[in-house]
Amino acid sequence: MDYAATTPVDEKVKEAMLPFFSRSFGNPSSLHSFGRETRKAIEDSREKTADFLNASAEEIIFTGSATEANNMAIRGVVANYKKPHIITSQIEHPAVLRTCQALEKEGIEVTYLKPDQEGIISLRSLKEEIKENTALVTIMTVNNEVGTIQPIKEIAELLKEKDIIFHTDAVQAANHLDLNVKELGIDLLTLSGHKFYGPKGIGILFKRNSLSLKPLTFGGHQERGLRPGTENVPAIVGLGKALEILEKGKEKELRDKLLKKLLEIERVKLNGSLKKRVPNNINVYIPGIEGEALLVMLDEQGLAVSTGSACSSGDLKASHVLKAMGFGDERAHSSIRITLGKYTTEEEIERAGEIIKETVEKLRKTSGYK
Amino acid sequence: MKSLYSKKIMDRFLNPRNMGKLANPDGIGDTENLRCGDIMRIGIKVEDNVIKEIKFETLGCAPAIASSDMICELAKGKTLEKAKKIKYEDIVDKLGELPPPKIHCTQLAEKALKMAIKDYEKKQ
Repeated sequence: MDYAATTPVDEKVKEAMLPFFSRSFGNPSSLHSFGRETRKAIEDSREKTADFLNASAEEIIFTGSATEANNMAIRGVVANYKKPHIITSQIEHPAVLRTCQALEKEGIEVTYLKPDQEGIISLRSLKEEIKENTALVTIMTVNNEVGTIQPIKEIAELLKEKDIIFHTDAVQAANHLDLNVKELGIDLLTLSGHKFYGPKGIGILFKRNSLSLKPLTFGGHQERGLRPGTENVPAIVGLGKALEILEKGKEKELRDKLLKKLLEIERVKLNGSLKKRVPNNINVYIPGIEGEALLVMLDEQGLAVSTGSACSSGDLKASHVLKAMGFGDERAHSSIRITLGKYTTEEEIERAGEIIKETVEKLRKTSGYK
Repeated sequence: MKSLYSKKIMDRFLNPRNMGKLANPDGIGDTENLRCGDIMRIGIKVEDNVIKEIKFETLGCAPAIASSDMICELAKGKTLEKAKKIKYEDIVDKLGELPPPKIHCTQLAEKALKMAIKDYEKKQ
């Protein structure tokens, strides 16, 4: 139950991709029929992506990942200004956070907005930080750890008045929210194929037509020169198919059932707003256990969950999201994230509830928690 | 698929032999490393300068729990002099294949044992 990390490729998506490995393999830049065939497949996928976002096809740029799209958007905007100021939030994904931190080292001014205890960025705090030279605001649509939905429509309205460019990392939103870029008034938006039952290794940057970005890499003419390099045709085709068949998540009922069960465990608390939250996310604080220990013990029983901290990957720091929300190290280390997807079943939810309850009891015994 | 950690770590983590609380410990060592979220407590009972009983309670990750269990194993039945000489490297040796960022778990266990012995000696 770690669908926010990634999702399996839908069978229909896989079927759509398969012809583009060995049969239709032409280089989309070739003028002969083999090349024109894959060019058409790419442009079809671009149309489908544009339809999903209510954008036009030329506003869609295919990238190798959402991380690349975020870098492209943020750096691409900033490079057009002499002394720009960026506003972002403390709860962004590292793909945005570390890009901004790197820009800071290059002398660019960045403000990191603090969320409230519910995990939401307030419009008021954004208003207060806008300066004369604010060029770009980048705030995620949905937080990846606690699933909280940010007020991006209101942010976009505010920024339009002030002529500031708005980018949003919407990677965790595609399954749950309407991402109508026209209606939302967004200038730049990032998506990732593997979060909605598409393949890995493919991302999207929506870029409003009138906006110009400086390229980060140089080479051929592909993706209007913003993403040179021969296109990953199977992944692009798969992504288009995934968006075409994407249905709004129906996980809420199962999520609420599991959440209820978890909250029955003594002193367990939900992290982040319940109301302003995507319907597949649970993030709970379980005092008396350490997140990674619970993760490893659940893994042994075939249940995959996630912790905010990537402890074993060498980073011992607790979740930057929970800490930004005002929680201490202890709470940040004793929290886990569970995310459901379209293949999650009632039976799995029942079992997960039981397994987590028993495992928490066992670990609480080990820690002497009463 | 193999477990995230080595067999020895997983065994000590899933089935710790020395977990629990001593009724009337002669010495207690409390340590914590809040940055990584670990809290360790080791209790000892001493007779004729020998650690007769030793138990731990740990709030921490799998290697932290395994390290706590292993240091109890290493210290049990040893004289205080010998127990004082147990180093975190001895735990690493016993557990094997510990990821480098988790070495500090074994250092925390060494510290907890040393503090428990100190606590005992202070009371004498």
